[in-house]
Amino acid sequence: MEQIRGIDSLVREHPFCQDLDEAAIALMSGCAKNEQFPAGSMIARENQPSERLFLLRYGTAALEIRRPGHDPLIIETLEAGEILGWSWIVPPYRWAYDVRAVTIVRAISVEAGCLRAKCDDDHSFGYEIYHRILRVMANRLSATRLRLVDLYAPPPRAARAP
Amino acid sequence: MDDLSSLIDPAATPAGDDPMRPRPFRIARVRKDLADTFTLYLTALDGAPFAFRPGQFNMLYVFGVGEVPISISGDPADPAVLVHTTRAVGTVTEAMGRLKAGDVIGVRGPFGSPWPIEAAHGQDVVFVAGGVGLAPLRPAILAVARHRERFANALLLYGSRTPEDLLYRREMPVWRSRHDIASHVTVDRATGRWTGRVGVVTKLIRSGGFDHRHAVAYVCGPEVMMRYAVQALDAVGVTADRVYVSMERNMKCGIGLCGHCQLGPHFVCRDGPVYRFDRLGPLFDIWEL
Ligand SMILES: Cc1cc2nc3c(=O)[nH]c(=O)nc-3n(C[C@H](O)[C@H](O)[C@H](O)COP(=O)(O)OP(=O)(O)OC[C@H]3O[C@@H](n4cnc5c(N)ncnc54)[C@H](O)[C@@H]3O)c2cc1C
Ligand code: FES
Repeated sequence: MEQIRGIDSLVREHPFCQDLDEAAIALMSGCAKNEQFPAGSMIARENQPSERLFLLRYGTAALEIRRPGHDPLIIETLEAGEILGWSWIVPPYRWAYDVRAVTIVRAISVEAGCLRAKCDDDHSFGYEIYHRILRVMANRLSATRLRLVDLYAPPPRAARAP
Repeated sequence: MDDLSSLIDPAATPAGDDPMRPRPFRIARVRKDLADTFTLYLTALDGAPFAFRPGQFNMLYVFGVGEVPISISGDPADPAVLVHTTRAVGTVTEAMGRLKAGDVIGVRGPFGSPWPIEAAHGQDVVFVAGGVGLAPLRPAILAVARHRERFANALLLYGSRTPEDLLYRREMPVWRSRHDIASHVTVDRATGRWTGRVGVVTKLIRSGGFDHRHAVAYVCGPEVMMRYAVQALDAVGVTADRVYVSMERNMKCGIGLCGHCQLGPHFVCRDGPVYRFDRLGPLFDIWEL
């Protein structure tokens, strides 16, 4: 069933595109195609040009940092409904981390150069996309900060009643 | 002293028992859960069963060292064995961690308010645990498992620092397969061998898997984690009147006499440790009162 559905309907369904108007869906879909990654394969490599925004539709992807002599450190996992990749929006447009498919991953893959050009051409579309990306980044930043707090650490003695 | 009787669970404290006097229990088994966390299985020397409600705690006395409040983490349907899971963090808990099967420990309790599981009858039940905070929730999870038909979806959202810090790893699949209680686990950091989620526990709340309009949440973990979990629950529509948290304060008497555990007008040992979040209100953010 899925093969015969147009990319625009998949784009429309993705939470990142929720409530985008039809013109914006068309612009986005014009840069998009379906992509699939087998479990264990690399979706992106650190420092390589970031040419795609992925709207994850199925599976889990892990952002990893390579460490010589050790297993890579997984810093975050992303799942269906989330987006993967914002390096395409900020120069020098290179991936900040390795990205590995933990399971089979299916994604709408949006060509970054195409999307940037459309954002430049149509500022209200661009504003909408940047706004949505900013929201995602803000959520990720606060999640990262929470992890810096070490949420599961025991309470310091000084902070407890005497 | 008259009103003391209302504070003690009559099922566990036969009339005339002094709530300040520890009952001796023998350690039947010690299980090492994690590098710093262990579970004691205790049986009363007098053989009497120990009834309790999920969420209640005991004051555990390591003879010659001291006494600490520890939640009961066993099955409320099995009063023959008293189970406590403890993280060794200081003087008493470290001494407790050195005890062996056959040793004797003092127990006072059970004390405190329970998780009101019945508030979730007919609704989705969501357990949100952080770190060793899963231990006080375990009796509630087992109680839901026993009467699974009384609840709609049942879900455990559990966050810990690393995969090596996850408690009850073997039990979670059983909760899922036998009792349809799904576990969604996330860790702060992991290496390549981990195939689960990496991220904060609040993200699990945002991912849903429950009907926010008809869900009751039971949250247990360090207070910072609970604060953000409650905010995340509120953001998805689980309002504070359907969220219960378990508070920790230093305790001495455990029965509302000494004031050590005071939090505003509350004595956590007696009025808590489990509170409905809206009833705790701004006090949640106040550390030193
Ligand atoms: C109602 C209630 C239920 C509890 N249930 C459990 C439970 O099921 N399992 C469990 O492991 N603990 C539980 N605790 C926490 C436990 O009581 C404390 O860890 C314990 O009192 C510490 O005593 P200690 O003598 O070992 O450490 P102390 O020597 O008093 O403290 C040493 C260091 O331990 C750390 N610490 C202090 N308090 C805590 C704390 N609450 N948690 C973690 N680290 C702390 C501090 O960093 C401190 O500097 C509960 C507390 C309460 C109030
Ligand atoms: S511990 Fe004494 S009043 Fe609560």
